[in-house]
Amino acid sequence: MGEDNSNVVLLDFWPSSYGMRVKIALQEKGVSYECRQEDFEAKSSLLLEMNPIHKMIPVLIHNGKPICESLNIVEYIDEVWNHKPSLLPSDPYKRSQARFWGNYIDKNVYSRGKKVWNGKVEEKEESKKQFIECLKMLEEELGEKPYFGGDEFGYVDVALVPFTSWFYTYETLGNLSIEAFVPKLVGWTKRCMEKQSVAKSLPHPHNIYDFALKYREAHGYE
Amino acid sequence: MAEDCGEVQFFGVGGSPYARRVQIALKLKGVKYTYFEEDLRNKSELLLKYNPIYKKVPVLVHNGKPLAESLVILEYIDENWNKNYAILPQHPYDKAMARFWAKFIDEKCIPTVVKAAWTIQNEEREKAIQEATEALQFIENELKRYNHKFFGGDTIGLVDIAASFIAYWLPLLEEAADLTLLTVDKFPNLHKWSQEFTNHPVVKDNLPPRNGLLGFYKARYAALK
Repeated sequence: MGEDNSNVVLLDFWPSSYGMRVKIALQEKGVSYECRQEDFEAKSSLLLEMNPIHKMIPVLIHNGKPICESLNIVEYIDEVWNHKPSLLPSDPYKRSQARFWGNYIDKNVYSRGKKVWNGKVEEKEESKKQFIECLKMLEEELGEKPYFGGDEFGYVDVALVPFTSWFYTYETLGNLSIEAFVPKLVGWTKRCMEKQSVAKSLPHPHNIYDFALKYREAHGYE
Repeated sequence: MAEDCGEVQFFGVGGSPYARRVQIALKLKGVKYTYFEEDLRNKSELLLKYNPIYKKVPVLVHNGKPLAESLVILEYIDENWNKNYAILPQHPYDKAMARFWAKFIDEKCIPTVVKAAWTIQNEEREKAIQEATEALQFIENELKRYNHKFFGGDTIGLVDIAASFIAYWLPLLEEAADLTLLTVDKFPNLHKWSQEFTNHPVVKDNLPPRNGLLGFYKARYAALK
């Protein structure tokens, strides 16, 4: 007896790594949902109603009630559809470590990555250094485990793997080789991409690259 | 029968709202711990060992295993000890809402209030006050909507503990830095909640002394002007 899937809507924007996290989680749990794409230049009245505070995606709307903030949504999905596979470990200490790393990824990966592909040109070398530092920290945490979750794909993997669809963009526009610095992390990326939930949820890196180019043309360097 | 808590060490700084969150939670759950007061200008080797990434307080160490980041620690405390007192709600949707508001307090309320206090230039200060007011208004509306004694209902929960900055540190910043922000006419529910929260028997005994903190803030403001 499962939770009712008939009223699950995701407000998304396809290049968003945060939106991809939610898609992966829903796929892992086998939850069917309706995905609605948002246009950032013209946000829908539904988005503004469901997330009046941040006006951002992703928003999961379950039985008419909104849940915002991607990792919050991932935990919610894990708790509501609490059949296997579990995304968070059952041990409280391991759960706390997963949340800690989810939080670390939230604080660092997007902002440092953005400076690499869209930051001020004169700050590029420093931005690249900071970005690689962050990835190295994550690679250290991964260690010899197949996944951040250990033997099983889990919450931290879900939190990080979407950003790998942006690696081609970081490398091309940032002029760097990520594999040269963090080969184990790249190995982990390939392992994750073998999972259907991930492969189905991540756009092709070239599509992300095209998006990034158009964005830069429209908004300039930040 | 008292729960065997294991060995619990808690690293904090007396004036830190984030450290006090952890202290309040430990007390609410009746967890026994050893406290280590840190000097942030001269951090202990233990702190640097237990929190190598951020090198900050609070840090909780349970049976030798370290935890950092106050909201992460609060959830751990809730999941690990004393099922008779719940810091987070039971229902997944209510839990998600509590986590959302706690994060909002950390990412929007506290930084905007702190910025408003320490910004001297008039125009920039006005802008900062406006941002802080907007953030606090969302919290005010949330309290108004549910009309309970605390964000957690009848008992103190995650959001109340996260919002302790608003109840105690914010008024001291207002006094020290000539700031008018949390007026009773604009924020009647937050005012009422602040009274309930700071007078709660456990909270009352676990806040830093008023005069010390006020003096510290006044000195900082004077140095800026």
